[in-house]
Amino acid sequence: MFHIGLSHYLAVAAVLFTIGIFGIFLNRKNVIIILMSIELMLLAVNINLVTFSSFLGDLVGQIFALLVLTVAAGEAAIGLAILVVYFRNRGTIAVEDINMMKG
Amino acid sequence: MIISSLFFYLFSAIMIAAACMVISARNPVHSVLFLILAFFNASGLFILLGAEFVAMILVIVYVGAVAVLFLFVVMMLDIDFSELREGMLQYVPIGVTIGAILMIELILVGGAWVLSPETASLAAAKTPAPDQLSNTEAIGQLLYTKYVYLFQAAGMVLLVAMVGAIVLTLRHKPGVKRQVVADQVARSPKTAIEMKKVKPGQGI
Repeated sequence: MFHIGLSHYLAVAAVLFTIGIFGIFLNRKNVIIILMSIELMLLAVNINLVTFSSFLGDLVGQIFALLVLTVAAGEAAIGLAILVVYFRNRGTIAVEDINMMKG
Repeated sequence: MIISSLFFYLFSAIMIAAACMVISARNPVHSVLFLILAFFNASGLFILLGAEFVAMILVIVYVGAVAVLFLFVVMMLDIDFSELREGMLQYVPIGVTIGAILMIELILVGGAWVLSPETASLAAAKTPAPDQLSNTEAIGQLLYTKYVYLFQAAGMVLLVAMVGAIVLTLRHKPGVKRQVVADQVARSPKTAIEMKKVKPGQGI
């Protein structure tokens, strides 16, 4: 119990990833929470990468975690920009109406 | 050893609790604040793993930039969140089902999986001993030499994201007076000055 191994970290990351998936389904109407759930999932992925990097003594995992972090930041910026534009046009952020814009 | 194990349990427990609050909080501002808490605890886990640089970058990038961006958007958009929350409970069964399926899959993968014996020799870049080279220096020496193209590509991703976000949200309202330097420079005395003959005692 007091020896923390690879599997402990992997279990935490798995639980976090599942919470992220659950959050997407729970907040189907609220895009902001969906974006936050995606951030949680990317954080779980990062925990996995850094865990393997640390336990296997390979530094490349941390480099890859940095790249994932970059992409996550860009994704959040673009997602929120799209959200702001959508809110300006429609006055709401309900995602169900997005399928109305065809083409 | 025991202290670091206790800290592992502390950080992971707070992180998972905060993640649960992120997806279930009534007020999205609270969600963002719990997201920040989750990121802080994740960076604590990274420090326990010996990855200080990634931990600090996580605090700077996520807490300093991304979460504040979320906070700004949540506060700036005037949204009736209670309307968005209604019917939330009807999504619980499918969410629980898919989450359980995924969790079972992850458990099965985690249970059946073993490290191959030659893993240690397959490392692309061995982590140097911490007393020789700190984590940050080691990452720098690797990132700026072997992975410099990936580093540049990450920079391009950020540039494209920045340009995209500006293009999406910038708008020109009609009727707002702005300084247009080209128009100012293009003015000549012919268009700018009008000569009027004024008769004495009459005005214009």
